[in-house]
Amino acid sequence: MTAQLEKPTAREALVRLSGVRKSFGDHEVLRGVDLQIDRGEVLCLIGPSGSGKSTLLRCINELETVDDGVVFLEDTPIGHIAEGGRLRRMRPRMVARQRREIGMVFQRFNLFPHMTVLENIVEAPVRVRREPIGEVRERAQGLLERVGLSTHADHYPAQLSGGQQQRVAIARALAMRPKLMLFDEPTSALDPELVGEVLDVMRGLARTGMTMVVVTHEMGFARDVADRIAFMDDGTIVEIGDPATVLGNPSHQRTRTFLTAIRR
Amino acid sequence: MSQVLTPKDVPLRRDRQPYAERHWGTWAGAAVAMAIVAALIASLATNKNLDYGVITRNLTAGPVLRGLLTTFVMSIVGMVIGLVLGTLVALARMSSNRVLQAVAFAYIWFFRGVPLLVQLLVWGNLGLLFATLSLRIPFTQIVLVEANTNKVVTATVAACLGLGLHEAAYMAEIVRGGILAVDVGQGEAATALGMTSSLAMRRIVLPQALRVIIPPTGNQFISLLKASSLVSVIAGGDLLTAVENISAVNYRTMELLAVASFWYLVIVSVLSIGQHFLERRLSRGHQR
Repeated sequence: MTAQLEKPTAREALVRLSGVRKSFGDHEVLRGVDLQIDRGEVLCLIGPSGSGKSTLLRCINELETVDDGVVFLEDTPIGHIAEGGRLRRMRPRMVARQRREIGMVFQRFNLFPHMTVLENIVEAPVRVRREPIGEVRERAQGLLERVGLSTHADHYPAQLSGGQQQRVAIARALAMRPKLMLFDEPTSALDPELVGEVLDVMRGLARTGMTMVVVTHEMGFARDVADRIAFMDDGTIVEIGDPATVLGNPSHQRTRTFLTAIRR
Repeated sequence: MSQVLTPKDVPLRRDRQPYAERHWGTWAGAAVAMAIVAALIASLATNKNLDYGVITRNLTAGPVLRGLLTTFVMSIVGMVIGLVLGTLVALARMSSNRVLQAVAFAYIWFFRGVPLLVQLLVWGNLGLLFATLSLRIPFTQIVLVEANTNKVVTATVAACLGLGLHEAAYMAEIVRGGILAVDVGQGEAATALGMTSSLAMRRIVLPQALRVIIPPTGNQFISLLKASSLVSVIAGGDLLTAVENISAVNYRTMELLAVASFWYLVIVSVLSIGQHFLERRLSRGHQR
């Protein structure tokens, strides 16, 4: 693919997870995950439900607080301040500031139902980044064009199909000009015939060099678009590598079992 | 009763709406209801003890209209206090701060638990407890403002306070219910966009909660309006106090109660219409 040629050859870490652990009650969902995501890389997280994929994603933007370990975004620990070799919890306002740099797309879209499509997109840049509204509106129109919904700016989310809503959600996240985009099963709540339009937008986004972490069950998408695929099971990354290897010739039995199960 | 119709029997032109078959039960029920209503109206219309002249004369009498205005203003002030304070109490109740949670819980427990009539009497007789109200710098004798309690907390102020603080306890639970009704994904989406929790609350969660909050709030407003008649026990100068003052002189109790009822119904009707339009405005983006 030509897209890969355009990417910088020098690998530079954008996100680094080091020994990340997370429990909900007695259940340990993440059991010490180490992971590095390079700038411009598309990483797909696959694995059975309950394996910790979504939790891992939500730890990156601090929607979940890690119990142990650190998540770094460009060498800054997320949600913590390094002080004399120790980490201290950040004030909520500062965590919010870090989240501006990370876009997120949810399985259930989570568009704001009381706002039009355009208002949904404009809201955060204007209220959070305090950018001038005229400028943001223009950018929002451009983004809507990019996701193929330029004529839907004045619609309310309830008037759109699931696929259209998810494309708006992607535009909304992009309006903050994030360094990193997180996708949490973005097509799992969609009717089958609507999956393609969302994946197309994500493909286009990957081509622009956006760093993306995608939790997905769409193996075709993962094979075509991902630079690397990580297979997770039981709170750990069992296997990580290029798509051809992980999907075509996995080295772990658990990966093979999972791939067989979903191909049935 | 029904018979099979062949196509040629079915009239193609529809001059009137097809009608439902009527059963004798429907007729009998309607007849009984009509008879009861007619009897009630007749008993009132032909009642020699009811002087309609007194009603019409007092309907727009000065004291009645002043009382009406007082009732209306007290209800509005009480509702505004209830809404603002209630929202704050709801947010405190839902905060992660244990002290705020406890204070909010205690507030709701107390102001919802003590009867409104008792609360109004307490506010109306506050002067018995504190002869003067003063604002001073804590732990010093320096007094910034000082005033006679009965001058500050007049019957009307006492009524507004009593109604508002009582209302806030109920509104707190209604607002909390409204916030809980908003999908958690909304808060998460706002958070993920870098919003602080207060911005997310103001811009994303509360506007959506409002849709759920408005209908019960309309109920609360109406019951507050009617409950405001309780302030007649502290001579609050409200509508009921006004008509009672008149009937105390002319002994036309029923006529003047009719006058009061008329105006209460008028305000409630106006409020209901207002609520309808408010709900329509808030349903933007929602289809049913």
